[in-house]
Amino acid sequence: MLRFGVVVFPGSNCDHDCYYAIKHFVSDKVEFIWHKSDKINELDCIVLPGGFSYGDYLRTGAIARFSPVIEQVKRFARQGKLVIGICNGFQILLESGLLPGAMLRNRSLRFVCKYVSLKAVNTSIPFTCEISKNDILKIPVAHGEGNYYIDPQGFEELKKNNQIVFRYCDAQGNIDDASNPNGSVYNIAGICSKEGNVLGMMPHPERCCDARLGSLDGLAVFQSILKSLTLSH
Amino acid sequence: MMEDKKITKELVYEHGITDGEYEKILSILGREPSFTELGVFSVMWSEHCSYKNSKYWLKKFPTTGPSIMVKAGDENAGIIDIGDGLAVSFKIESHNHPSAVEPFQGAATGIGGIIRDIFTMGARPIALMDSLRFGKLSKPNVKRLLDGVVGGISHYGNCIGLPTVGGEIYFDETYEGNPLVNVFCLGILKHEDIALGCARGIGNSVYYVGAATGRDGIHGATFASEELTDEDRRPSVQVGDPFMEKLLLEACLELLQTDAVVGIQDMGAAGLTCSTCETASRGNAGIEIHLDKIPQREKKMSPYEILLSESQERMLVIVKKGREKEVENIFKKWDLHAVNVGKVTDGNMMRVFFHGDMVVEIPAKSLADDAPVYRREYVEPEYFNRLKNMDLSGVKIPADLSDCLKILLSDPTIADKSWVYEQYDYMVRTNTVVLPGKADASVIRLKKTDKLLALKTDCNGRYCYLDPYQGAMAAVAESARNVVCCGAKPLAVTDCLNFGNPMKKEIFWQFKNCVEGIIKACNKFETPVTGGNVSFYNETSNGAIDPTPVIGMVGLIDKEEYVTTSGYKNIGDTIVLLGPLDSSIGGSEYLSLIHNIKGGALPEFDIDLEKRVQDCCLFLIKSGIIQSAHDISEGGLAVSLSESCILGSGEKQFLGASIEISLLDERIDGILFGERQSRIIISIKPQDLESVIAQADTFGIPCTVLGKVVPDLLEIRYDGETIIREPVSGLSSVWNRELASSMA
Repeated sequence: MLRFGVVVFPGSNCDHDCYYAIKHFVSDKVEFIWHKSDKINELDCIVLPGGFSYGDYLRTGAIARFSPVIEQVKRFARQGKLVIGICNGFQILLESGLLPGAMLRNRSLRFVCKYVSLKAVNTSIPFTCEISKNDILKIPVAHGEGNYYIDPQGFEELKKNNQIVFRYCDAQGNIDDASNPNGSVYNIAGICSKEGNVLGMMPHPERCCDARLGSLDGLAVFQSILKSLTLSH
Repeated sequence: MMEDKKITKELVYEHGITDGEYEKILSILGREPSFTELGVFSVMWSEHCSYKNSKYWLKKFPTTGPSIMVKAGDENAGIIDIGDGLAVSFKIESHNHPSAVEPFQGAATGIGGIIRDIFTMGARPIALMDSLRFGKLSKPNVKRLLDGVVGGISHYGNCIGLPTVGGEIYFDETYEGNPLVNVFCLGILKHEDIALGCARGIGNSVYYVGAATGRDGIHGATFASEELTDEDRRPSVQVGDPFMEKLLLEACLELLQTDAVVGIQDMGAAGLTCSTCETASRGNAGIEIHLDKIPQREKKMSPYEILLSESQERMLVIVKKGREKEVENIFKKWDLHAVNVGKVTDGNMMRVFFHGDMVVEIPAKSLADDAPVYRREYVEPEYFNRLKNMDLSGVKIPADLSDCLKILLSDPTIADKSWVYEQYDYMVRTNTVVLPGKADASVIRLKKTDKLLALKTDCNGRYCYLDPYQGAMAAVAESARNVVCCGAKPLAVTDCLNFGNPMKKEIFWQFKNCVEGIIKACNKFETPVTGGNVSFYNETSNGAIDPTPVIGMVGLIDKEEYVTTSGYKNIGDTIVLLGPLDSSIGGSEYLSLIHNIKGGALPEFDIDLEKRVQDCCLFLIKSGIIQSAHDISEGGLAVSLSESCILGSGEKQFLGASIEISLLDERIDGILFGERQSRIIISIKPQDLESVIAQADTFGIPCTVLGKVVPDLLEIRYDGETIIREPVSGLSSVWNRELASSMA
């Protein structure tokens, strides 16, 4: 059985949703990791969940990066192990330097919660290996600051290294401004590290792992993790 | 006793205390109160805390029933049993005046307050709803208020991680300058986890937990008990910190899993004063606290200010003697203040000390329970009979009824509300089985069980103005009907009674009649009142709001397969009306919007028929026959049909309806847009029609086949003549566009 850990920061609020989705639909072995932990158990994948860590005061994720657990997460990532940051988790990965770029407020200046369509443009990493290239996934977003920004040079790096993983599109797969829910550069919804073992994404895959909630498309992300880990074991 | 300010008649009046009330204070104390004590009495005896003007009538609500575990009025919120060892606690509360002054923080702190009311009962909050009322959206100030209120709810609810799953919004000029912001929270708990707000056990410790106390919101409760004026009241509004509350919530629920706690209560209206004397009063004990130990975020606060502050995100916890360390450790884990500020004492006195001096000594019960109770006078207002007898037969039937339908669909009260709910995280906690707007009520599942809950708030203020008794009955009936349409059995209600100044006899008449209407309907539906809130003084210089007794209904769905939504499902399905066809237009949105008339007698309402219609609908849902169910409310039959078409349409296919109505010699505008209660439009497979007709007969309700689901077009024929023929794509864009484009 593969072991998952879900980090709990003060103000995390999708921690239980991630735990529930993993426990019921992915792997029986899942535990919470308290943000004050300076030691973590043997794990295969760490999840930084959504929410408002430290109330998102100052900037989203800006305070959480100083939590003791972040040093553990960094060490874990350096070992090539899998780290996925969802929503606030993505913001924390940006603030802690595990992924490049920054988040701005949505261009509407309002929080947005709705199902969006995503195109998986990189399906060669452990988080997307079970998804077919250019598949369209329906996964909800729920954020006030999901407007991904990166400077032109950084953007070229991202492209060159194939680090762009998900892009917002419409139901037919057209990537255009109308289907961009927050104003992100290049309709970016998710990116990975150069090595491909750290993923940050704004949409919430844990919210659509259960048929009773209307979409199963989030499960594809977790199944990819499972598959890649099983292969590597 | 420390003396600060001399008590004069003016000072007493400034505190909103009458001569008679002051006499009562003198006789309770046997002496003159200190300035601090006067402040304490004034907040505890304000309408907001004591319900002194409404209590006599509220006591008449049905509050008992087999499922009631904690009854209305006994605690911060009621609790009802839902089986399997589980219970739910829920409540609705107003934050009208703060929201009128500072919409963002006013609404945000409303959410904070109602969440605390629920977790203080030991329940894990799992859903929020909001019932909002604003003036006409064409006014710039209304847009500002709407934007601020929605932003505030979004800020607080999203951050704390609670889904805002539903509610309602009305736009009517009666609420201009005095918006209504009523917030609802529901939590779930195991039977054995009920926590009470009570201080008992002499020597047990009193803990202050959460945010530090500042000067914000001093006299908030008194402020809520006055009419709004142009005077700047911003200092009376508090500022919310949802992050602090999230920590408080998690820490308190963790704490309640130990048995170290005797009682727990949030500090809401009247802050430290209220929580201290109420817990002591419930526990039949005395209590003493030391104000210099209270964490403070401002310098040189006086005892008066500390006691009356309404700073947010604070709780009072009564801890078993000897278990203090355990409690402190849990709060330490969550980086929260937990300070031992006093103890439970022998006797019945609430004693407050400041640097060793006693500044308050008042029997706790006198503050919490002995506020005067008034039986206010009431008189039927002049308008009542005049408007009821208004002759509507001269109202011209417009030539273009399609146009009327589009005007109604674009009315912000009726139009799509996604501009609002997309600002709320309605999915967090992954229980939201039916997304907002898709059904007549919100549906959330309860993990680890087969059960689901349907939640809805309802009230049409115009009905309640034209006929308070019938309007209030209709509010209960509609909320019950809405949860029934989702497949739920109505369980219980919470109410938020929003009215004008109760000292005005006409306003009190509205209040009394609404209360009687609620009593009648709650008895009929066997849905006891589990608690709620009264908000008086909703008046501006332009007068009082329409009486608006908002009902929050909770229904229980036994199985997932019963969950029913309002959109049509399949082309070819038969569309059937359960309940009567009717053509009366009195009190309708149509009459108001198209003809600018607020009047007429409300359509006939037979509550027994209403109950049978609901029972029949629920029976058919449980039989697995119903494909969709949607009630008829604002905008009438034509709007209800349009909505089921729009909601049933997908990205690839628009669903329409082909409708044939024959009802000779009746006004066609009334048939299309009239708002008689007791009506649900369902769609079924054609082969099930016979059993539907048979069941309608068994339940003794009228049932009319209206037509069938078809692709693309909504077509309505009346006695063979086509009167509406519209592509659903067009209706959908009218319905979808309005609110978002107004707020762009």
